[in-house]
Amino acid sequence: MNLIIFSGPPSSGKTSVILKTISSFHAKNIKVGVVKFDCLYTDDDVAYEKAGIPVKKGLSGALCPDHFFASNIEEVVNWGNEEKLDLLITESAGLCNRCSPYLKEVKGVCVIDNLSGINTPKKIGPMLKAADLVVITKGDIVSQAEREVFASCVSSVNPRAITMHVNGLTGQGAYELASLLYDENQDIQSVQGMQLRFPMPSALCSYCLGETRIGEAYQMGNVKKIDLGGDKK
Amino acid sequence: MTYRSIKKLLEEYPFAATYFEQNKLKIDGFENQTFEEYLNHFSEDELEDQAIDKAKLLSDLPVYLDQMRQFLGMENDRKVHSLTILPGHDKSGTTEGFQELTVETSQIISIVGPTGSGKSRLLADIEWTAQGDTPTGRSILINGQVPDMKWRYSSNNKLVAQLSQNMNFVMDLTVLEFLRMHAESRMVQDPQSVIDKIIAAANDLAGEKFELTTPVTSLSGGQSRALMIADTAILSSSPIVLIDEIENAGIDRKKALKLLVTSDKIVLMATHDPLLALMADKRIVIKNGGINHVIYTSDEEKQLLEKLEKVDSLIQTARQELRSGNTLSPDLLAD
Repeated sequence: MNLIIFSGPPSSGKTSVILKTISSFHAKNIKVGVVKFDCLYTDDDVAYEKAGIPVKKGLSGALCPDHFFASNIEEVVNWGNEEKLDLLITESAGLCNRCSPYLKEVKGVCVIDNLSGINTPKKIGPMLKAADLVVITKGDIVSQAEREVFASCVSSVNPRAITMHVNGLTGQGAYELASLLYDENQDIQSVQGMQLRFPMPSALCSYCLGETRIGEAYQMGNVKKIDLGGDKK
Repeated sequence: MTYRSIKKLLEEYPFAATYFEQNKLKIDGFENQTFEEYLNHFSEDELEDQAIDKAKLLSDLPVYLDQMRQFLGMENDRKVHSLTILPGHDKSGTTEGFQELTVETSQIISIVGPTGSGKSRLLADIEWTAQGDTPTGRSILINGQVPDMKWRYSSNNKLVAQLSQNMNFVMDLTVLEFLRMHAESRMVQDPQSVIDKIIAAANDLAGEKFELTTPVTSLSGGQSRALMIADTAILSSSPIVLIDEIENAGIDRKKALKLLVTSDKIVLMATHDPLLALMADKRIVIKNGGINHVIYTSDEEKQLLEKLEKVDSLIQTARQELRSGNTLSPDLLAD
């Protein structure tokens, strides 16, 4: 199974971009599932369900959403494999702009929008800087000049990333994005032992203390698990 | 290049300042150190607090400098003279109704077809320089050759600039600040003369003149459109411009197209306005996701265009009269 980690500020268009991208995977008979991470509320799972995409959601509630991500990704990947997905996409909102959920061996995509202002690339930390691909949305409603300036700000904080424009409404650019995401040779059975690209800020659980390894063995303190249904092994 | 002091680095690559600034690295007082030495001055707490990835910042700097050098040096060899579309198929799999379509700089091609017929897909194919690897199976050639992959992946060298009806300025800046910022991001040698050129061109297109001190967000629809077109023609690095309908109000569209064409752009224009569509040498008819056929504007159509332009200028005159507070007389239509 392929795994791709999507991240980006709230309302930047992550769900729209993912939905448009998945429709071009469907045309190629690639089975895709999504797990949506959020903090207090999301109804994006309904949008995925409507499109016939297997989906699970996890609300972190009182915990830091990205810590919550790190302590659940292992089980989420197991779920994806049990569902016999070809591709599992995780979607999480970078609520404090400080964290990033990317793992070293897994493709990380950051979605940001042109409307958020040209200082946004400066404000976002590892979520933008450590991404492999940066998708810029809402380009259809701002001027060409603003698009160019915004893209150049992005590339100055993350020169290695591929930056592309995707229109979440018309889907322009989504097919191209899809072609960069799926890798036939990748088969992730488990993410146990993989590492975060960048440590998360300190708080209370083992990840708060700088833990970067994935796996139940490394988790201590305040750990919350998603109810993925089915029997716990 | 990173073994040099920051001062030397900035002397050789002035644009490195943008890298430091965008990454919020205050280098004041550290000019005589190397970038690595500078990064080493941060304490563990500071690194964590500011989410600084030392290794990544250090290894990204040469990548950034390289990209910028390429961007500056490519002015000549990245010149696009022509765009060629080779046929694919429509949604039903039927081969598209043309052999090969080449558009050269300073040419205008119009695109017609109902909403949802596949105009976005055509544009996306061009932007992605499709090589039979998109749903339409089309291929795109640049200067008659299979294009360099840089057009796909480089964020500073996009092939297509877009101008559409829904676009707005969202930044809270004056016209001057706005243009200066765009010029700086394009690393123009003499920003002031470019800014003057854009303002002159924009005011030439707009019905009502505006000043450099006007905030971009308070420009009228026509003024915004005029500024966007002038800015795209003069400052954008993209050699192909796609226009999605230009409104008739408050802007001289004929002049606007002329400006783009004289700036060596290839202009693709989605429009159902006869005045614009007939100005193009060819028009692409899109149906069911594919190019159904290509029409060459006939002499008859060109003659008709002249008549239509006369009708249009009557309407424009009437509009102008109303704006000045005058009454309209039936003489307007007298031959």
